[in-house]
Amino acid sequence: MEWETVIGLEIHAQLNTKSKIFSAAATQYGAEPNSQACAVDLGLPGVLPVLNKEVVSKAVKFGLAVDAHINQRNVFDRKNYFYPDLPKGYQISQLDWPIVGEGEIEITLGDTTKVVGITRAHLEEDAGKSIHDLYDDYTAVDLNRAGTPLLEIVSDPDMRSAKEAVAYAKKIHALVQYLEICDGNMQEGSFRCDANVSIRPMGQEELGTRAELKNINSFKFLERAINLEVERQQDILEEGGKVAQETRLYDAVKHETRSMRSKEEANDYRYFPDPDLLPVEISDELMAQIKQELPELPQEKKARFIAEFGLSEYDADVLTSQKPMADYFEKMIVNNADHAKLCANWIMGELSASLNKHQLELVDAPITADDLSLLVNRIGDDTISGKIAKDVFKAMWDGEGSADEIIEAQGLKQMSDTGAIEAIVDEIIANNAPQVAQFKSGNEKILGFFVGQAMKATQGKANPKLLNEMLRAKLK
Amino acid sequence: MSIHHKTIAQLSQGLSSGEFSSVELTQHYLDRINASDLNAFITVTDEFAMKQAQAADDKIAKGVGGILTGIPYAHKDIFCTNGVKTSAGSKMLDNFISPYDATVSHKLNQADLVMLGKANMDEFAMGSSNENSYYGDVKNPWNVDKIPGGSSGGSAAAVAGRLAPFATGTDTGGSIRQPSSLCGITGLKPTYGRVSRYGMIAYASSLDQAGPMTQTAEDAALVLNVMAGFDEKDSTSAERDVEDYTASLNDSIKGLTIGLPKEFFSEGLDDEVASQVMAAVKEFEAMGATVKEVSLPNSAYAIPTYYIVAPCECSSNLSRLDGVRYGYRCEDPKDLEDLYLRSRSEGFGEEVKRRIMIGAYALSAGYYDAYYLKAQKTRHLISEDFKKAFKEVDVIMGPVSPTTAFDLGSVKDPVSMYLADIYTLSANLAGLPGMSIPAGFAQKLPVGLQLIGNYWSESKLLNIAHQFQQQTDWHTQAPQEL
Repeated sequence: MEWETVIGLEIHAQLNTKSKIFSAAATQYGAEPNSQACAVDLGLPGVLPVLNKEVVSKAVKFGLAVDAHINQRNVFDRKNYFYPDLPKGYQISQLDWPIVGEGEIEITLGDTTKVVGITRAHLEEDAGKSIHDLYDDYTAVDLNRAGTPLLEIVSDPDMRSAKEAVAYAKKIHALVQYLEICDGNMQEGSFRCDANVSIRPMGQEELGTRAELKNINSFKFLERAINLEVERQQDILEEGGKVAQETRLYDAVKHETRSMRSKEEANDYRYFPDPDLLPVEISDELMAQIKQELPELPQEKKARFIAEFGLSEYDADVLTSQKPMADYFEKMIVNNADHAKLCANWIMGELSASLNKHQLELVDAPITADDLSLLVNRIGDDTISGKIAKDVFKAMWDGEGSADEIIEAQGLKQMSDTGAIEAIVDEIIANNAPQVAQFKSGNEKILGFFVGQAMKATQGKANPKLLNEMLRAKLK
Repeated sequence: MSIHHKTIAQLSQGLSSGEFSSVELTQHYLDRINASDLNAFITVTDEFAMKQAQAADDKIAKGVGGILTGIPYAHKDIFCTNGVKTSAGSKMLDNFISPYDATVSHKLNQADLVMLGKANMDEFAMGSSNENSYYGDVKNPWNVDKIPGGSSGGSAAAVAGRLAPFATGTDTGGSIRQPSSLCGITGLKPTYGRVSRYGMIAYASSLDQAGPMTQTAEDAALVLNVMAGFDEKDSTSAERDVEDYTASLNDSIKGLTIGLPKEFFSEGLDDEVASQVMAAVKEFEAMGATVKEVSLPNSAYAIPTYYIVAPCECSSNLSRLDGVRYGYRCEDPKDLEDLYLRSRSEGFGEEVKRRIMIGAYALSAGYYDAYYLKAQKTRHLISEDFKKAFKEVDVIMGPVSPTTAFDLGSVKDPVSMYLADIYTLSANLAGLPGMSIPAGFAQKLPVGLQLIGNYWSESKLLNIAHQFQQQTDWHTQAPQEL
């Protein structure tokens, strides 16, 4: 039987406020355990939450960016359950009146685009961390993370493959960074994805029973976990079994998912409006102000890159897919407005390849946009050829200095002296009569042989354009 | 007159004129507390009090004291007090030394008041007789076989027993007014949002409100001046300026329209209590007020509504008491569930557990609409009744409690106990200010008159109460042996 996969994602984006959502404690990652937990975060008797207004603006920003309906009156609820890293015995979240209502976002996969619906996005506080392997008989609890603001973004079940799910997740990931509401750091847990996965016979309207996959902390794992789950469900159904509604934990090391809790074991969270917090009222003035302050969004930037710099649709799309990359490009272009295509090629080519090879993020690249800009400049002004530039790039990556320093130190300056090149060309033509004859009899390909010889003789420094012209002229 | 019969206003004069020092005054009260067997206090903070008294005397000597500088008081043990045990009357918090001050505690400290100790109370403010305290029953100073009322029973007994010039209380369903009535003192529950709830251990967040318990309305005004005010740490506190609540105490109440809700004089009300209440109303008529019957038809649903809303909120509010970070933890838990189960089973008393279970049940999937949502709707209707009534009258009067103080141990059925709050719950559900003032005696026990005002009408209520106290002397009565 042919199966169709149905995926919906729940993304938890940690909002990058300095203080917590309901207390004044700091949110910085990696601090000494429990050093960033104040009386409110500890859930001491008598303490009360006070909403950090910044989270409201950040959530509204997101909502506006996905064309969502903003609930200008929204309500915080208590989600009640017991766990040691949940100090109050309830999590403050939003159930019936989330701050962001229905919206949508467009994703691109190869040549096709698709609109994914966003069901809602709501504000909530994060829990602390339970550390089970620190002591033999105890679980350690670190409440630094307790009360960190989260925006939970829930998609409609619109994705039909793991690849689509990843494309959607990446798109949201880029968007929250564009909006500067989340740092997007997946290793530190600032951006987490849970996937609801089900399958159904192709053509069937009704959705199959879904499993919720948790603990996925990279896009690579997201794709793997979903594919793994789809296979598992197919095996079950094809053997005549039934998929259980449950929450499954993805184990990246063992590359497997395992059951965490079934529907029957699921908590009754006894939600009710938090009486300690008044409903949030967002004024029209604030809405207008946030709208005005919205930064340029990816699709707008893409259109501008095409119009302003003449980039291809594909290049513009790749460059704007991640904010750091778009920023890098825009920095390079400041001194290289005439070589936009060249800048784009270098970012998408050498730079991306090197980053991949060394498993680095763009922000950690050893070559800054200004450095690379200079290198591209030297190609543009014919100081070096593109081929030599690759060697310079390598040296720059290894920290041997700026483009100019390396060109100077290694004597890589392109040979554009017509006389010198002519002498070399003449010598090569004189020494290779058979090849000359071939060219003259119509074998155009043999021109490469002469170029190669000339480059060899000049250690690659001959201006290729000049060389080509001269060879053609002399071989005629 | 013995010093401990003096009102705050009188003590303040004595302190500033140098008739006695705060240290002497504080010692006098500490001696009385130590000699008392009312069990009004959970913790007596002798050393702490004497330090505060000394500091107050220094300020008075320098002439930089305020009107309340050096006045001792009893603080209900529901308010967090930095460095002092804050138990909320529960075994659960018997080992809890608060590391911070509640906003109310802070404000009282700022006014140079002297905390004598932490007053006994029903566990987590759940109770109407103060028989639900882990620290034992509190006795009514008028008759030690009787209950003092609850949940601020220790506070009321301390003021009536002259163990403190005033006490703080909290009122979720009548917990200031009912014990004030049963102990013959003046108690004020302000409008919801007038006094910060920060650091006040929450029972039912949407109903809890702190207020003063004093001998006189004038004293209540003086203390409310300190307690009231917007607090940025409490999102439900009102961003509203604090008036000087003593400013209009002496205004004439001629022309005042009093509303008597017929529902407050129905079946279950003790005849003698009713006649004392009516006598007080007559007194107001003699002072130039007119009386009108009003109707609060939905007040009949106050008890069921309250006993859904309050347990729902408390079932969640008390979840933080899990034995993990502070408070009682059972011995040798075998796993996490055992830790939760036994810590909470052993740490909470019967009534608290009952309300947690009622609340958890009412909030459960499938029951939420029928209970919690329905209760919220009824709550709204109860508020609407008052809104209508206050279009016609300035103040609503009636009994506080259907009976005078009953015998300790005599009411065993929880539902019968809940009926003790029948006249006080509506004001909490609507968020309105309410008072209890002494209005006579029945069966040799105090009877209180309840005043319920419109939102933010504390000044008016205090004015009405003060004028009554200028004409009557019920509020000056003290148990004979004192």
